[in-house]
Amino acid sequence: MKTFVCIKQVPDTETKIQIKGDKSGIEEGSIKWVMNPYDEFAVEEALKLKTTTSDTVVVLSAGPKSRVVDSLRTALAMGADEAVVIDAPETIDCYLAAKLLAETIKKEGDVRMVFTGKLAIDGNGSSVGQMVAEFLEVPHAGVVSKLDFTEGQVVVERDVEGGAKEVFQLKTPCVISANKGLNTPRYASLPGIMKAKKKPLKELTAADLGLNDLMPKMKFKNFELPPEKPPVKMIEGSPQEQAHKLVDLLMNEAKVL
Amino acid sequence: MSQVFVFLEGKDGTLKKGSVELLTWAKTNGLETSAGAIGADAAGLAKQAGAFGAKVAFASTPSAEGYNPEVYVSLLKEMISASGAQIVLANASALAKDAFPRVAARMDSSVASDCTGLKMDGGKLIALKPLYSGKCTAEVEFESGLNIVLMRSNQLPVMDADGSEADVKTIDAPQASGNVTLEKTVQGASNKPDLTEANVIISGGRGMGEAKNFEILEDLAGTLGATVGASRAVVDAGWVPHGMQVGQTGKTVSPSLYIACGISGAIQHMAGMSGSKVIVAINKDADAPIFQKASYGIVGDIFELAGPLKEELSKALN
Ligand SMILES: Cc1cc2nc3c(=O)[nH]c(=O)nc-3n(C[C@H](O)[C@H](O)[C@H](O)COP(=O)(O)OP(=O)(O)OC[C@H]3O[C@@H](n4cnc5c(N)ncnc54)[C@H](O)[C@@H]3O)c2cc1C
Repeated sequence: MKTFVCIKQVPDTETKIQIKGDKSGIEEGSIKWVMNPYDEFAVEEALKLKTTTSDTVVVLSAGPKSRVVDSLRTALAMGADEAVVIDAPETIDCYLAAKLLAETIKKEGDVRMVFTGKLAIDGNGSSVGQMVAEFLEVPHAGVVSKLDFTEGQVVVERDVEGGAKEVFQLKTPCVISANKGLNTPRYASLPGIMKAKKKPLKELTAADLGLNDLMPKMKFKNFELPPEKPPVKMIEGSPQEQAHKLVDLLMNEAKVL
Repeated sequence: MSQVFVFLEGKDGTLKKGSVELLTWAKTNGLETSAGAIGADAAGLAKQAGAFGAKVAFASTPSAEGYNPEVYVSLLKEMISASGAQIVLANASALAKDAFPRVAARMDSSVASDCTGLKMDGGKLIALKPLYSGKCTAEVEFESGLNIVLMRSNQLPVMDADGSEADVKTIDAPQASGNVTLEKTVQGASNKPDLTEANVIISGGRGMGEAKNFEILEDLAGTLGATVGASRAVVDAGWVPHGMQVGQTGKTVSPSLYIACGISGAIQHMAGMSGSKVIVAINKDADAPIFQKASYGIVGDIFELAGPLKEELSKALN
């Protein structure tokens, strides 16, 4: 059977974001693109599961083909077996991304599990995993930091508010969105990187999946940087004086106590 | 037919502030509002929504306690369809962030999660959404389908309750298929508000020296009514659990007051907390980048400041 991992390519977390002159988006020129950090946990979990199931691990990504293939190659170098890239513009929304991924998974077939990251750190949507599950008509659990697989089912821990955890049992096939803590992602080894070059990387278009209308239902516009904060007020004096002045400013100037 | 549907969440039988924020926003904008609640206290919450402008409120109490995604998604779809609303608002809680994307997909719609602002512009809803973990924002506009927005709490004003009650309509919950089952909920150690909801946060970084010293922050948090957060460096060191991490690969927070103790202010940390209204930085290095984002800065040793700070806070807050 197959275990699928949906990955997204995002700007490196060090990136300083700059807005285009017409506010229609961000300047992409100098960005270093990397695999979304949460997707690394998803890839690792699929590879761990493979040691039990001997599944073929298929990684897939929907986005601008010319660059997202790099992240797919990284996943192949980590140990995934096959990759599929679905060429799509950067502006697709979570609905379209999920639709493209789900249709690809249906086409590939023989699904045991699908892993995604709990969110992508660019759009911060935290929606694609749930939507893929809906389109595949299978159960989903998100923000998962522990997973136990036995034939036909998984038991997972999902992190919710205040450090609480919900323990869910899901029948397979199902979709799991990974949180940090699920595992420690491996690095791609040099032999892994060499091998990855020979692994199959399939290219699809939306039309191949029978999806001709790529009109997003939701659009982002008027991008802005956060408002500049007034300069910091430094508080001098002995620790006693500093503590006294700080509390006074928080009470009477900032009015947040 | 209403224009807005608000998903209600409560704590100990009372509507959460976040839900009241959404109801208040709809009422202030003159929009006909309905609401819906699911769970053991659903009927009570639904009734309370009337005091904030909701005319009709749906309530459903599934037989199994706790969150079952399958049952909730199906009920939410039913409630939203019955309300006739085009705009669907909920808080960006763990539950809503899990259920609503699936509701959206089922209803041929998209969803904007973790938004920080809402406005009506010529009859069209526009939501403000932080992107790249808060490094910038964009306006979200819906082209087709429902307008589903999940709002962070503490972003919108709240009105006083006016004593009215909503007309509560009870909905039967569907049977769960057994494909997904909640086995149990393990409570967290703290009963403080979650970082994402907290109004005051005090966070510690590597400058706290060792795990045990987080007790100093817990103690200050007790006085302040704050929730304790952390940088990734101390999460990776195993001093505190990942649930406490603030930043680009942790939680994005938006409190009124964020106090950073012994945190250098790496770009990934600041991405998660720059939405705080007031930021206080305490760091012994005058050149630490955290001071560039702070409202108030103290160059000093956290261990020398903690005692006096606790004293001054106790005096001021009593
Ligand atoms: C992919 C990726 C994702 C990341 N995501 C996150 C994230 O989500 N959140 C996050 O926080 N980081 C994240 N990081 C890590 C980030 O780059 C920094 O390494 C981290 O934030 C540093 O933590 P720190 O400020 O506690 O430690 P340090 O940078 O070591 O700073 C410690 C500070 O404490 C001060 N100090 C020391 N002793 C005292 C004292 N006694 N009193 C007062 N001050 C003292 C020092 O002057 C120093 O400024 C990420 C990194 C990567 C690569």
